[in-house]
Amino acid sequence: MDEALIKDHKPAWKGGDLPYKASYGKLMMWFFLITDTLTFSAFLASYGFSRFKYQDSWPVPEDVFTHFPFLHGDHPLLFVALMTFILIMSSVTMVLAVNYGHKMQKNKVILWLVLTIIGGSMFLGSQAWEWGHFIHGDKGAVVTNGSSSYKIKDSLFVNSNLAHVFKDGHMYSIDNLSEGNHHDSAHSDDIDFDNFISAFASEKDLNLRLSDKTILDHDVAVEYLKERGLRTIKGADLYENEYGHTLFGDYFFFITGFHGFHVFSGVVLLIILLVNVIKDTYARRGHYEMVEKIGLYWHFVDLVWVFVFTFFYLV
Amino acid sequence: MASETKGNWWIWKVFWILLFITAFEVALGMIKPPFLVDTIFLGTKLLNHIFIILTIIKAAYIILEFMHLGHEKKSLKWTVLLPAMVLVPYLLFIILSEGVHSYLMI
Repeated sequence: MDEALIKDHKPAWKGGDLPYKASYGKLMMWFFLITDTLTFSAFLASYGFSRFKYQDSWPVPEDVFTHFPFLHGDHPLLFVALMTFILIMSSVTMVLAVNYGHKMQKNKVILWLVLTIIGGSMFLGSQAWEWGHFIHGDKGAVVTNGSSSYKIKDSLFVNSNLAHVFKDGHMYSIDNLSEGNHHDSAHSDDIDFDNFISAFASEKDLNLRLSDKTILDHDVAVEYLKERGLRTIKGADLYENEYGHTLFGDYFFFITGFHGFHVFSGVVLLIILLVNVIKDTYARRGHYEMVEKIGLYWHFVDLVWVFVFTFFYLV
Repeated sequence: MASETKGNWWIWKVFWILLFITAFEVALGMIKPPFLVDTIFLGTKLLNHIFIILTIIKAAYIILEFMHLGHEKKSLKWTVLLPAMVLVPYLLFIILSEGVHSYLMI
């Protein structure tokens, strides 16, 4: 930082007074990050608003994110914990790159930048896997009538009323009850649903959990399905998802997507940075401040993930 | 710069702190100690308050150490921190209390 200041120093009326003792580029990166902080705060605040408003039909996070690649069974939190670890690790490699940038050690900067790019790419891959899993669905649910709707401007949005199949206190996959009729589309038709109800009725240890988390005993659940069940649903899109309130899926796509876009932009910036380090652009300039500026952005991406992790997966 | 003479050990110190806090959060999220889940404070579980406090500690380490803001000039430090420290709690207060309010209105 100091190297950059000395190099670019100008008289006071040309901005040489340096009230912040930081270079122009670094200040501008900080100001950009302040605005981005407020943007993400607004997103997470509106997520919190909807979560409080629709708390009766909001899903429990550990019912939603339970899978780990190549492992069977439910492992809530494990995969996001790994993603968090990857991103923190890539933050560490980034600080190391910045540190060696100060010391003008080109080869070490290259080494740690490459590792940061690998970390960022691994995070993006994990997020793609997570999205794929979220979209394809997991245990599925039953859509029942009594759905609520809400109006924004002139568009009517429908929030599906969901019920989940439970066995021994754990969520049970609806695939077990609709064997032989697998569909590509998320919505099966009426005949399938009648088969689904009879399959449900024949397994006496199945319960039904309504969206407000009350659990119905088997006999009551069968009656409930016959009277109010409409169809089964699997997976998620912007209109509907199997996990809970529609807005939960929408916020998931929007906020993790916007964060993922930041990570992607960061990886692109890091690659450009790496090319320039290799080409000696910064060695000729006399300072590696660009590594520090991109580093600020990269740490910010990590910072946002810390909050997304807490509010989407933990709380 | 202090950090240039300090070497790299502080980076790894912060890394272990962040890793430990994250592991602790994940463990708490898996175990869900009943008394933390059942105690409601300020509209949410005590466990959630713990998560939020730990998150803010992690954020502080990332901002002050990794982003080096703790070692910048005081004027820059507050220029960056104050807008967020004033506006974000204000926004959360308005929006979240409206969320609870509109829940009670449905």
